Amino acid sequence: MVKSGTLILGVAAQLLLPLQLLFSVFLLLRGHDTPGGGFIAGLVAAGGFALYLFAHGRRALTALLRIAPRDMVGLGLLLGVASTLPAWWRGEPFFTAQWWTLPPFGVALSTPLLFDLGVYLVVLGALLTAITALVEIDQDDVPS
Amino acid sequence: MQALVLGGFVVSGVAPWLHRLMGGRAALLLALWPAAILAWLLGQWSGVVAGEALVSEWAWMPALDVSLTFRLDGLALLFALLIVGIGGLVLVYAGGYLRGHSQLPRFLVLFLVFMTAMLGLVLADNLVALFVFWELTGLSSYLLIGFRHTDPLARQAARQALLITTGGGLALLVGLILLAQAGDSWSLATLVTRGDTLRAHPLYPCLLAGILLGAFTKSAQFPFQFWLPNAMVAPTPVSAYLHSATLVKAGIYLMARLHPALGGSVAWTLTLVLVGGVTLVLGAVMALRQTNLKLMLAHSTVMALGVMTLLLGVGTRTALTACLVFLVAHAFYKGALFLVAGILDVSTGTLDITAMGGLRHALPGTALVAALAALSLAGLPPTLGFVAKEQVWATLLTSDPWGGVALAALVPAAGLMVAVAAIVAVRPFFGPPVATPRAPRSRPSSLLLGAAPLATLSLLAGLGPGVLDGLLSAALSAIGAPGEAPHLALWHGFGWPLALSLGGLLLGWLAFRHWDRLRGWLEVGLAPWVARGPEVWHAALGWRTLQLAEWQTRWLQNGHLRSYLAIILMSWIGLVGQALVVHHGLPGWPSSGIQAFEGMVAGLMAVAAVTACLVRSRLAAVAALGSMGFAIALTFVLFSAPDLAITQLLVETLTVVLLALVLFRLPHFTRLSSFRQRWRDLGIAGLAGGLVTALMLAVLDGERLPRISDWMVSQGQPLGHGRNLVNVILVDIRALDTLGEVFVLALAATGVYAMLCLRAEESSWSSPAP
Repeated sequence: MVKSGTLILGVAAQLLLPLQLLFSVFLLLRGHDTPGGGFIAGLVAAGGFALYLFAHGRRALTALLRIAPRDMVGLGLLLGVASTLPAWWRGEPFFTAQWWTLPPFGVALSTPLLFDLGVYLVVLGALLTAITALVEIDQDDVPS
Repeated sequence: MQALVLGGFVVSGVAPWLHRLMGGRAALLLALWPAAILAWLLGQWSGVVAGEALVSEWAWMPALDVSLTFRLDGLALLFALLIVGIGGLVLVYAGGYLRGHSQLPRFLVLFLVFMTAMLGLVLADNLVALFVFWELTGLSSYLLIGFRHTDPLARQAARQALLITTGGGLALLVGLILLAQAGDSWSLATLVTRGDTLRAHPLYPCLLAGILLGAFTKSAQFPFQFWLPNAMVAPTPVSAYLHSATLVKAGIYLMARLHPALGGSVAWTLTLVLVGGVTLVLGAVMALRQTNLKLMLAHSTVMALGVMTLLLGVGTRTALTACLVFLVAHAFYKGALFLVAGILDVSTGTLDITAMGGLRHALPGTALVAALAALSLAGLPPTLGFVAKEQVWATLLTSDPWGGVALAALVPAAGLMVAVAAIVAVRPFFGPPVATPRAPRSRPSSLLLGAAPLATLSLLAGLGPGVLDGLLSAALSAIGAPGEAPHLALWHGFGWPLALSLGGLLLGWLAFRHWDRLRGWLEVGLAPWVARGPEVWHAALGWRTLQLAEWQTRWLQNGHLRSYLAIILMSWIGLVGQALVVHHGLPGWPSSGIQAFEGMVAGLMAVAAVTACLVRSRLAAVAALGSMGFAIALTFVLFSAPDLAITQLLVETLTVVLLALVLFRLPHFTRLSSFRQRWRDLGIAGLAGGLVTALMLAVLDGERLPRISDWMVSQGQPLGHGRNLVNVILVDIRALDTLGEVFVLALAATGVYAMLCLRAEESSWSSPAP
């Protein structure tokens, strides 16, 4: 039941996925000042991948993702924990936010952003883990 | 000092790697570590003996007044010397004893961790640090007792020891916290100067009970003594080091250390003298009942620990001196005897004394070591055991009113110890040779290399006990009995002490001659008592606890999601409702009116909720729940919370995706609950909804409550560098909460994955492969 196989959905998913991912990154980055943020962005990205999954099937999604969703969760947690460390390095209390401006273009970088990226990856990874796991048992039942 | 102590953990970490590099000889190399600490400690000897405690401070958690400060005074030095000295020797011994054992690396790691923890325990000045090291010793002891983990008996003994010592550890924790409150300090060095305040404090009985429970369980005092003989399933080096020389002395150390702070009261004296007295008699009698060499030694260790507790209870300066001398003597001879038992075990394949005999020809060195150590155990000159025993007699003869009681218990017990010593030293080595399961042959020299120095020390310290005078004096002033240095001597002349020793000797000789008959008599006579003893209480308690756990698990965790929800909601209603009514009172209805569109959204939600409950199709129920979610999102939009609205919409969408995947796999949509249960559930749900409403109203009319949002709004831009306050809260102000939630999310995903993939695996097992 997972792979629909209809042409319209297939093409639409192909076109929509990059847009959705772009939008999710946009939401992630602007989140600190206007509605958005890692959690919402992760949900949007997961929605995009879910659409792709329905249109093209699990194999195609795995090939597209390249890394396992579970590893994404691990990476996200690692980023989240890593963002607590710079404050410690500077002798400030645990988890104090640190802000830097990278010199050449004045790009703002901060531990909250890093942390938000971690949240994004965990949300995306957790949802994709659940969805693909559900799809997997379907495939076991109906060998293709 | 911190590096020296905590470095042990690093050394234990490299032990497996070292073992891979050079095999069994790694133990020899690792023994250099305790040797290095020993050398350093000896270097501090003169300073400490002169009365200067070496303090090395290290703030650990300054905000909580927890420090990792180490303090090397006389008492700490005495214990530390024993710990690293015997530790090094036993490590050498273990390298030979476990040669070729596939688990040797694991042993080395655990052994070094234990040694380090023990060292930290006696050096720590802070109560919290002391407790941490205390529990570490218990934990590593658990792993070492269960070293032969394929043996169910070993696992059981390890679990028993763990339950008893950590149970006591919990009591100790309570006691230490109360002690810190009563004495208004976490530092031992400060607390020992506040003895009068502490003894007069109303919390004194409670904190004393907690601390003594911890000490008694660790040091195997009645009625907790049974774990120690059971722990003898551990490899012999562990028995020698943990269960005679160091670990079981931790309780003695604690009581000695806290003696100036807590000792001297009637409760202290009475408890310690009584418990110590019962323990020592019990240990001595039970020792003669055994034929297993290690068990016999274990029971005699229980006896020795009882003696030390009793002497601490008597608490005079001479009693404390006697306690410390006896402690040192015991560590030497009992360690050596255990190591001898191990040599006999690997050489002959048995530990049964009645199955050995005439081994002096095959194992001459071992026989000599055993004889020396046994002399000390029996308290015969010229060993340290004799010095200690004379000291004990001299103390008890002069101390009223406890001396008489103690002597009545101790003289027969000492006689029985003489018998034990004779049995251990004579039966295996003399008499006609007895065929053992394995032909006796000599063993790796490292075994004797570990055992011989301990026996020699017994002898040397006995010949010249004066070397201990300075250290003892420093240790005594550390435990609140400063004064002129005690003068130990081998020969005190004729007097009552010598007469008592001779009496004990005579009794011991008689018991030794008639041991076989005596043992049979004890075996039969004591059997009904052992069958009703504390070990059985402990087993029954464990069994009852399991029953209780099973019953409450069946009741609370019955696997039905609906009953979980009901229990969670009911507890929540009870707790939060109570807090609301008591602390706030029921809120009134807000004065401001309700807009028409607000009423419409609320009506939509109500309709959706009722529909979801009433429809008889799953798809319809899901759709109703979905419209409920969108109505909630609409509320967020109406009250200008775009972040929440977006999140709610996205979550609803993804819920549909997940539901689409599982909908076909779910069982038929049936009603599982009866009519009455549905009314009950309606009641619970209605109460929960009503409580949420009441809470919201309470928040609204609670202008009295300080509002935290104003502060957050004012700080969002300057400190958080963000205008979207929701996000600033999520990733900065309350980032720790978010981190926790992210971990929960990851855990949930892992759980889903594990559950589904395990199911998939099961189904692929049951169905033939495609």
